[in-house]
Amino acid sequence: MSAGFDPTAPLTPSGNLKRRQLFSRFALVGATAAAVLAVAVLVLVIYAVASRGLSAISLDFIFKAAPDGIGPELVGTGVIVAIATLIAMPIGVLIAIFVTEYAGRRATNAVKLTLDLMNGLPSIIIALFIFGLLVETRGQSGFAAAVALSIIEVPLVARGSQEVLRLVPASQREAADALGVARWRSTMTIVLPAALGGIVTSTVLAVARAAGETAPLIFATSLGNTDRYSLNPFEPLPTVPVRIYELSEEANPAGFTEAWGLSLILISLILFASLGARALLARSKRKMTA
Amino acid sequence: MNAFDSTSGIEPTPPRLRLRTQPPPERGPAANGHRSIATEVVFDSEDVSIFYGPKQALSNVNLRIRRGQITALIGPSGCGKTTFLRSLNRMNDSVPGFHIEGQIRYHGHDMYAGNVDQVEVRRRIGMVFQKPNPFPKSIYDNIAWAPRNLGLKKGLDERVEKALRGAALWDEVKDRLKNSALGLSGGQQQRLCIARAISIEPDVLLLDEPASALDPIATGAIEELMHSLKGRFTIVIVTHNMQQAARVADRTAFFSLESTSAAKSVGTLIEFDDTEKIFADPRDPRTRDYVTGRFG
Amino acid sequence: MSSTAGPATLPRPRAARRGSVRRRLDRLGDRLLYAICLAAALLAAAVIVVVAYQVVHGAQPAISKFGLGFLTDETWQPNFGEFGAKSLIFGTVVTSFFALLLGAPIAIAIGIFLSMLAPVAVRGVIGPLVEMLAAIPSVILGFWGILVLAPFVHEHVEPFLHSSLGFVPIFGEAETTGASIFTASLILTIMIIPIVASISRDLFLAVPREMQDGASALGATRWEVIRGVVLPSTASGIVAASLLGLGRALGEAIAVAQVIGAGSEIQASLFRTGDTLAARIANQFPGALTELHKASLFYCGVILLVFGILSNVTADWIGRRFGFEGGVLR
Repeated sequence: MSAGFDPTAPLTPSGNLKRRQLFSRFALVGATAAAVLAVAVLVLVIYAVASRGLSAISLDFIFKAAPDGIGPELVGTGVIVAIATLIAMPIGVLIAIFVTEYAGRRATNAVKLTLDLMNGLPSIIIALFIFGLLVETRGQSGFAAAVALSIIEVPLVARGSQEVLRLVPASQREAADALGVARWRSTMTIVLPAALGGIVTSTVLAVARAAGETAPLIFATSLGNTDRYSLNPFEPLPTVPVRIYELSEEANPAGFTEAWGLSLILISLILFASLGARALLARSKRKMTA
Repeated sequence: MNAFDSTSGIEPTPPRLRLRTQPPPERGPAANGHRSIATEVVFDSEDVSIFYGPKQALSNVNLRIRRGQITALIGPSGCGKTTFLRSLNRMNDSVPGFHIEGQIRYHGHDMYAGNVDQVEVRRRIGMVFQKPNPFPKSIYDNIAWAPRNLGLKKGLDERVEKALRGAALWDEVKDRLKNSALGLSGGQQQRLCIARAISIEPDVLLLDEPASALDPIATGAIEELMHSLKGRFTIVIVTHNMQQAARVADRTAFFSLESTSAAKSVGTLIEFDDTEKIFADPRDPRTRDYVTGRFG
Repeated sequence: MSSTAGPATLPRPRAARRGSVRRRLDRLGDRLLYAICLAAALLAAAVIVVVAYQVVHGAQPAISKFGLGFLTDETWQPNFGEFGAKSLIFGTVVTSFFALLLGAPIAIAIGIFLSMLAPVAVRGVIGPLVEMLAAIPSVILGFWGILVLAPFVHEHVEPFLHSSLGFVPIFGEAETTGASIFTASLILTIMIIPIVASISRDLFLAVPREMQDGASALGATRWEVIRGVVLPSTASGIVAASLLGLGRALGEAIAVAQVIGAGSEIQASLFRTGDTLAARIANQFPGALTELHKASLFYCGVILLVFGILSNVTADWIGRRFGFEGGVLR
């Protein structure tokens, strides 16, 4: 019984354990520090944006057109993202239905790869694409920008919806099948309504992501007038991200306050939307799995 | 089965006598020397109650586990025998809401005292689980991992071989030590886990239904193995298989679920005695009902 | 299925007819829904193909003029119609590599914290906060980068690194502004951390409890359990996650364009300005006058596309080969 230790000794660290525990604690503190660091960066960014942007924000700033405010940019971003979502949401949901209700293993893998590739497309590539597809021949427009953003939204909506559709219990589907209800009827009346909460929230997340995209908008709708309101998607519309980009590239300190103000508005919209959507998503998932 | 014959050459296998008829092997004076029982009683459980959150899982367990013996914990499922076993090397600590009352002393030291280091506890008190849980590493690295952590790097190859022979696995795997452990059969994986546990030569081995996921042949191999490990290690085994307890254990503790009120029931130690007594002539009628199969 | 109702409905022909109309409608509906869903999936696949086609098509003039020499030529002089992407490829690879070198370990550490160390309540707060880092629009991150991060880096970090590690050529003299390859790498690091962190957290959470128990029952410390069991058994997933982060870093245009300083030379020092493929496109395309200039920027897009697809397909392949089901999209 060469145990290498005295079993009757007190149960305090023996041998090399003290050193190992020290190292372990050190490593775990490091991991904690990494998490703290990430949160600190988030706080730093948000603090910088909030502290510098707050002074720019007023009712005039939000509702008036240039040179007093950024109303047209907000409206332009709203119009473009709305159109993009109108295109992307049905396509995304249909892809999700295809995967959960119809596709076999191979088709599922193929769709997964497609969505991953689509999600992995750098937005600058989408910008080049939309330039070649629409802008080069028809000129800039809010619509061209919306098409570009819809490419960014589709994989997000599809993947999010797919996750909640999977959570709809198979028993509900089987019950419908046993009653002789056709697949399309049960999909439309049982499966989709049950997953609606999740679909909406994943759409909101996609919207939050699209609202901040800049590269495609620079190519598709950078010539919008900032001094008047427009809802016409077939002309170039001013947008919040493009305006921030322009102001930051101008390197004229006078414009920085406006850019911080724009950033604050954009970041608040995005963070509140994604936080709210996440909370809702977690809740509807819990409800479905419970 | 001839794989087991070759194990005898490595470590003198203790004679398969009923050890309890002899005085337990004497050790040198204990380091602290203040308790005479330190030389024979390994675990001394005094009024131990265990709770998970508001739910009580075990109530007032009093028992002593002696050095070099095999002690079996039996009883119906949910009776708290696994809970008790896992509290012997503080594996329950990570369970949310876990809370213990009373005292478990290991060689006289309160295991749940503030200065106790969990890692030190587990280094001395090894455990093998119900489901074989080899690491996704080679067979060799599965065994060598823990000794390396402990700094036992000298003679590592010999240590690995000794552990594998000790677990009656050497002849089956000696030509493929670099292969993944996940390629072994279930029974081999479980013996690998036992080899892994004995590679660092702990004082105690806790076995949590080690054969319940295995077929009869693999189960036989594990039981055979336990006989060969006896004497080298103090062994505590949880099993739901009474024949198994009767075959391998020196002492047997019978746990049962006792209702404390209309809706609540709590695991309770009913009887703890020599295995032969428990199976042939139990004192408590509840034990008799259980071992004769009249229970549930 | 349809034959079972046949004889039973004979006495009631009208009801039978109504039933069969409904059945036919249902069959039509089933096929229609299937067709629409399939079409949506095919459309997604088609978009990928069309995007690739469009980018290659746009690059055609440059491809036929410069051929593969484009990749190894360092000159980029729009006024003289000379274009080569060597310094851009260099900048892209260097910034992404450093971002990954810095970001992946931090992200994995965050994953460890979120999956194994933090109490549940803390996880519920820190986890979403880390993910919110990914929600910050890149244009805002870039704006913050040039106005807040770059000056700080320029005044404190770069001089410090230069004075203490200056013998390594990559830590050269700082430039006059904070815009540099180094600053761009830091911004990219911030962007990839949430991606890699949330995937690694999910990977670690999926490591069987029993395996970790088995390791701690052998007298291993918490770190030894992580290092010896958790990390090795998730290695392929971590590699895949890092590749996804890499793909993100390679393709980021706006934030990099804001902070990298649009330099055109290949230099050893990280503290010099540089440029990446994506940033060059974002910077110059809107003002590009000649067809060749535009085509050359499209050519940069082709290179980027190849990089991006390679990293994504490899990540996907690793995922499938080693059975990791990643939450790639968030």
